[in-house]
Amino acid sequence: MSTDVAEAPIEVVKEPAEALLSKRRKRIVADPLNEDNPITVQVLGICSALAVTVQIKPTIIMSLAVVFVIVFSNLIVSLIRNSIPARIRIIVQLAIIATLVTLVSEFLKAYSYDMYKILGAYVGLIITNCIVMGRLEAFAMANKPYDSLLDGFGSGFGYAWIILAVAFFRELFGSGSILNVEIYEPIGNMLGVTLQTNGLMVDSIGAFMILGIIIWIQRTKNGYVEH
Amino acid sequence: MQRSNSYIIIFAITLTVILGGALSLTSVVLKPLQDKQVELDTKKKILGAVMDISNIEDPNEILRIYNEKVKSLVVDLEGNELTTDPKGNPYVAENVNIQKNSKMDAKDRAYPVFMFIENGQVEAYIFPTFGAGLWDWISSYVAFGEDLNTIKGIAFDHKSETPGLGARLTEPAVQARFVGKKIYDQNDNLVSVYVVKGEGNTGLTDYEVDGLSGATMTTKGVNVMLQHYLECYSAYIEKVKSQKS
Repeated sequence: MSTDVAEAPIEVVKEPAEALLSKRRKRIVADPLNEDNPITVQVLGICSALAVTVQIKPTIIMSLAVVFVIVFSNLIVSLIRNSIPARIRIIVQLAIIATLVTLVSEFLKAYSYDMYKILGAYVGLIITNCIVMGRLEAFAMANKPYDSLLDGFGSGFGYAWIILAVAFFRELFGSGSILNVEIYEPIGNMLGVTLQTNGLMVDSIGAFMILGIIIWIQRTKNGYVEH
Repeated sequence: MQRSNSYIIIFAITLTVILGGALSLTSVVLKPLQDKQVELDTKKKILGAVMDISNIEDPNEILRIYNEKVKSLVVDLEGNELTTDPKGNPYVAENVNIQKNSKMDAKDRAYPVFMFIENGQVEAYIFPTFGAGLWDWISSYVAFGEDLNTIKGIAFDHKSETPGLGARLTEPAVQARFVGKKIYDQNDNLVSVYVVKGEGNTGLTDYEVDGLSGATMTTKGVNVMLQHYLECYSAYIEKVKSQKS
């Protein structure tokens, strides 16, 4: 207990001096985008990365949903972190995540029913996305609201850009289109040949392959040591 | 930090009330919008069996076309029109839950019939069907011309057939293969249509539809579904036919 008391005043003095986007805070956002990416480095949230990435459009909606849920659950948990009883903290986190996810699902059903039909089950499964709970337990429970907000954006977009990249290649090779705009057909017409789409890319296997290649490129660039 | 039990209980109750309240509030506020979306979705599927609506963006335009051109009724297995459901409320064909119905005994089900009307004449009869594909349910709205024999169009839906294989059912090119096929043979016996195995078959009869390569299980489900539901509707079909002649 005594160390708690000793540390607290120092933090209060230091805090106002920190810039809105100081170096430390930029790192909170930037790390999950690349060096500490939730999918490619921490290998979390793989399930949805495979399931929703057949086409880009549903993937965009899924990304937005995940960013929304991570950012707001991080913010809310961080705001009430000091009053959450430690013994039931996991249930509290889960309840907050589940509420936000259900909100997303309800809004989707009311405003974009076609997307709701495609994503239906997977939006609900954001609740079990390890990235969200991982951030709450590892970051939001111990950090100030603003930092947690930034951490949420970092992790959310770290997840988003990977699944968007996977979806881009899967739709291009698997369906010969990008955002439902035909790409293969005009090119094929120009060259006078029929370009065949790759059925493997439409399957989950395609996602594994692309994800593997992305991880390979990233680790070649960044270097990777098994901790 | 260790908190007292009463603190934990009060915290949990407060949290539940706040989160539960937020959820019920959203649910109540969004319910009318969601209902409209579901209604629109059903009507889109029904219209999709007889006309191309993919380029109509405005939902109100679809509802307007639907209200103008589609008449519906509900019949039972004997082909008699049902006006009230078991609870005594008037039947609305659009609200009949085909999925729930499909689990009931064939003779207890309500069978919605949608009629597409052009210039006061029934142009097409549309019957909803529901069955099992490879992974989960499949359904269709199948439209017949005024002879109640020739398929005018079909719109499939499915929950989780394999993309690129069974899921191709929803592609316009695949659905177009059903157009012009017949369900009654020369002797007026119901034979339904049959999706054959393999793709690129030639010399198909009026009752055979070219299959989907790699999706034999899905097309088997389609065959069973169509056969079953057309048998269920056959009493109504006979009735309409006899009224015409």
